[in-house]
Amino acid sequence: MADTKEMKQALFGPILDSNPIALHVLGICSALAITTKLETALVMSLALTAVTAFSSLFISLIRNQIPSSVRIIIQMTIIASLVIVVDQILKAYSYEISKQLSVFVGLIITNCIVMGRAEAYAMKSPPLMSFLDGIGNGLGYSFILIVIGTIKELAGFGTLLGFEILPLVTNGGWYQGNGLLILPFSSFFLIGGMIWFIRTIRPEQVEPKE
Amino acid sequence: MSAKKETLGKTVGVVVAVCLVCSIIVSGAAVGLRELQQANAALDRQSNILAAAGLLGEAKTKKEIGIVYDARVVERFVNLTTGEYVANPAEGESKPYDMYGRVSKAPETSTKAEGSPAGFSRRANVASIFLIKDDDGVVSRIILPVHGSGLWDLMFGFLALDSDGHTIRELIFYQHKETPGLGGEIQNPEWQAKWNGKQLFKNGNVAIEVNKGDNRDNQYAVDALSGATLTSNGVENTLEYWASDNGYGNYLKKQSWKS
Repeated sequence: MADTKEMKQALFGPILDSNPIALHVLGICSALAITTKLETALVMSLALTAVTAFSSLFISLIRNQIPSSVRIIIQMTIIASLVIVVDQILKAYSYEISKQLSVFVGLIITNCIVMGRAEAYAMKSPPLMSFLDGIGNGLGYSFILIVIGTIKELAGFGTLLGFEILPLVTNGGWYQGNGLLILPFSSFFLIGGMIWFIRTIRPEQVEPKE
Repeated sequence: MSAKKETLGKTVGVVVAVCLVCSIIVSGAAVGLRELQQANAALDRQSNILAAAGLLGEAKTKKEIGIVYDARVVERFVNLTTGEYVANPAEGESKPYDMYGRVSKAPETSTKAEGSPAGFSRRANVASIFLIKDDDGVVSRIILPVHGSGLWDLMFGFLALDSDGHTIRELIFYQHKETPGLGGEIQNPEWQAKWNGKQLFKNGNVAIEVNKGDNRDNQYAVDALSGATLTSNGVENTLEYWASDNGYGNYLKKQSWKS
């Protein structure tokens, strides 16, 4: 049975020490697309955390039964089912946001973080640790998304979660929204900046020169 | 990975079991949440219609949206070729009539939108429009669903006309994929407000334009969105198509809502 220290490591390690986006550079596609507004970034983070945690849990529960020849397909089936459930719940309880997220909830299926954790961790670890590892990686993903979502919404629209912080020129204020940061690809710069930042305070993450 | 895992029977067994469990979970979620989802979709549609009717201010809560909608909005069905009202084409069916659904593709219920600059190839023969009644039951606004392609994808909206049939009151796009901050500004209330009072027709021809410049004094043109020329063109083409005889032109000439 894993001790508390190990559990803490599984839960909080992925936020800075082994962040799935910043260190492993996984799950970039959705991080680019849905961080224009903080609200969508938050909901996406929740959805991905739930899917990663529960898929890791279920896969870990049946890991000794899964034949290795079809393991990827089985992982995909479980992940896809969970994604559909999450999508249905969003549509029922948070219709506005599910409309904004549109296809991206469905695309959690292809998010490398979920598959990556299932294949790399849940297949070899007990259920509780896998569950915590899933939550931890979801938190790591959420951390990056929330930081980027905050920067993009504030600089691009002058708002945070829809509340006006910097009044825009178009609405009679003084702040000229930064059009570049509204576009999805500007997340490349921001993610790059965050990777730089994290590797500066954690120099051991820097890859050795070839 | 031990060898006993790899027998064919076991592999098939595990796959079937996983699929069964997963399908039960998925279908359970889909069936269990369907009612809530449909209620959400209906509410969303109603609030968009009320926004186009200028009545959304009267309905603050979700409940009020339904009440105001039932009191003020009447859905009618129009044959776009003749401009006449027809009976609900989906009468007696479980789903309400959806002019963007299957009927807009099937050859027997749709017409080719030939030479349409609006960016779609077929449209349904029968459109569902919404009449807004004032407290005396007189039609005060006509809400026409319009759609056409913007920069990235089709934009869906409601064009609200005054009861004279040619003065625009609102143009609301409720579903689009335009760039946020650029083309997405078609949802900016300030831009939407510019449509109020503009004229759709001049001497019987479609005249409304979206062009560069300050068009405050020009009743046939609206200032285009800066940085979103293609979206602005899309809006112009959409209105041009739907106001023409291919769209609601015949209906608007007959003014059947007055009788």
